[in-house]
Amino acid sequence: MTDLTAARRGTSRAITYLVLAVIAVVFVLPFLWLVLASLQPGAALSAKPEWTFSTENFRAVLNVDTVYRPMLNSVVISGGTALLTVLVAVLAAYPLSRYQSRFGRSFLYIILFATGLPITAVMVPVYAMYSRINLIDSIPGTIAFMTASSLPFAAWMMKNFMDGVPISLEEAAWTDGAGWFQSLHRIVLPLMIPGLTVVFIFTFVLQWGNFFVPFILLLSPEKQPASVTIYTFFSQYGQVAYGQLAAFSILYTLPVVVFYSALSRVLGGAFSLTGAVKG
Amino acid sequence: MTPIAPLRPTAVRAVDPAPRRRPRYWLSRFAPLAPALLLLLIFFAGPMLWSLYTAFTNLALTGSSTVDFVGLDNFTRLAHDPSFLHSLELTLVFVVGSAVIGQNTLGLLIALLLRGRSRLARSVVTGLVIAAWAVPETIAGFCWYSFLYRTGTLNALLAHLGLAQNWLYTTPMLAVILANVWRGTAFSMLVYSAALSEVPPELTEAAAMDGASGWQRLRRITLPLIRRAIVSNLMLITLQTLAAFGLIYVMTGGGPGTASQTTPLYMYQQSFKFYQLGYGTAMALVLLAIGGLFSAVYLRLIRLED
Repeated sequence: MTDLTAARRGTSRAITYLVLAVIAVVFVLPFLWLVLASLQPGAALSAKPEWTFSTENFRAVLNVDTVYRPMLNSVVISGGTALLTVLVAVLAAYPLSRYQSRFGRSFLYIILFATGLPITAVMVPVYAMYSRINLIDSIPGTIAFMTASSLPFAAWMMKNFMDGVPISLEEAAWTDGAGWFQSLHRIVLPLMIPGLTVVFIFTFVLQWGNFFVPFILLLSPEKQPASVTIYTFFSQYGQVAYGQLAAFSILYTLPVVVFYSALSRVLGGAFSLTGAVKG
Repeated sequence: MTPIAPLRPTAVRAVDPAPRRRPRYWLSRFAPLAPALLLLLIFFAGPMLWSLYTAFTNLALTGSSTVDFVGLDNFTRLAHDPSFLHSLELTLVFVVGSAVIGQNTLGLLIALLLRGRSRLARSVVTGLVIAAWAVPETIAGFCWYSFLYRTGTLNALLAHLGLAQNWLYTTPMLAVILANVWRGTAFSMLVYSAALSEVPPELTEAAAMDGASGWQRLRRITLPLIRRAIVSNLMLITLQTLAAFGLIYVMTGGGPGTASQTTPLYMYQQSFKFYQLGYGTAMALVLLAIGGLFSAVYLRLIRLED
């Protein structure tokens, strides 16, 4: 290697790091307001650095109507959805992963096809159906639809995780006459705790941020999750109480951050959601 | 979220032994699928069939008039509704601008630049890009609203250049496109990082020895090798962007006027603000048809193994 090529390598390395630095700055800029405004009393809609910080905004929003009840609703709705989804997905994944058949294959195709359908568009007929059977403004009704909408992807992930559990372990149980429920419950499930955790967290986080479905299906403010009430807060007080909106936004985003970090722990070392996504 | 092509080898399956008394045997095997099947029937197949019916009626939410069969009227009205055609155009601009061009290119660029970089650089950049993806869409909307607003961060930075303006009014489509690029790039980046990690480094090294420039190596070797990942990614991000609602709704509400009213926002306005459920359903069907088409093409591409 001559000095010239070494120098050129050095330059291209420097350029690469420069571009990466610019990308990092551009990605961090929109977050700035959120963090700064939440800590500044009387914050305006700009991230002007005023070096006075206080927790006033947090104290102002930490009450039952603004934060506690909507967050509790979010926990109930996303948690209920995630639990139900894991349950139904694990049941569906067992025959799909264990038996080869034309029926199972077509079912997999249907599931993959359904993951691509725009939920926003499915929402219009579902609303009409719900208004006919009086399920509008019902939390269980909302959970049922959210479970159905997160099921296709969850079942797909679950099937892939289950494929990783060797079937040889079950064969002994089968010869002893164990049915599918016993071998699923006793042998497969204990071996795929990480997979179950990933599907649960993934569904939970996705539904925690789901705005459109509860926005359409839940009307009374006392039933709405934080994703919807934070929008109401924004349209009502966004112009005057930016600081409080920012504080609420941070409190609402916090569980997502915690869960994502937990997810990367479960999946081991580096953040490898791609692994889960790819199956 | 939608899955990418299956890569993990599937477990060895139980070989189907010649089953005695077939139907019962089959039932006992596939019984666990019942709850999933039921949910999909009630919430996907049912509403979609119902919407096929509704789209041909004059159903309105108000309940005042009787429901009449109106044939293709809703669709003829759609085809002649300038607001709908305008919304389709904006949806196309939004999908092409933010997903096909923005997220796809930026995601590939970041994945390429991060190859072989230090651990620190990798975790800082991927961490930030993924953070933008992980925050709920309403929060992403607030962040960008405050960033682009008249007294926002961007204008504070641009004040010295005399360019300050309310970007949400002057360039609403550009604003929502940029916000969606920011929000969605992580997905493409993850897809491309995974695909690039499977490209053997010897190939590009050999080409470099033969004097191929960086651009040539990218165009002639790397891109053809990750062709499948590129096509899958384009399909998936198109599907994810097609029905985007929350981000645009929070940032501009479809305005000013109808300047950023994409089809999902117009559908929302017609169905839930003006109570034209029949008309809204016709629009939902158009969106479902476009989504279904892309989904079917994607399925053909990934070809399930086994």
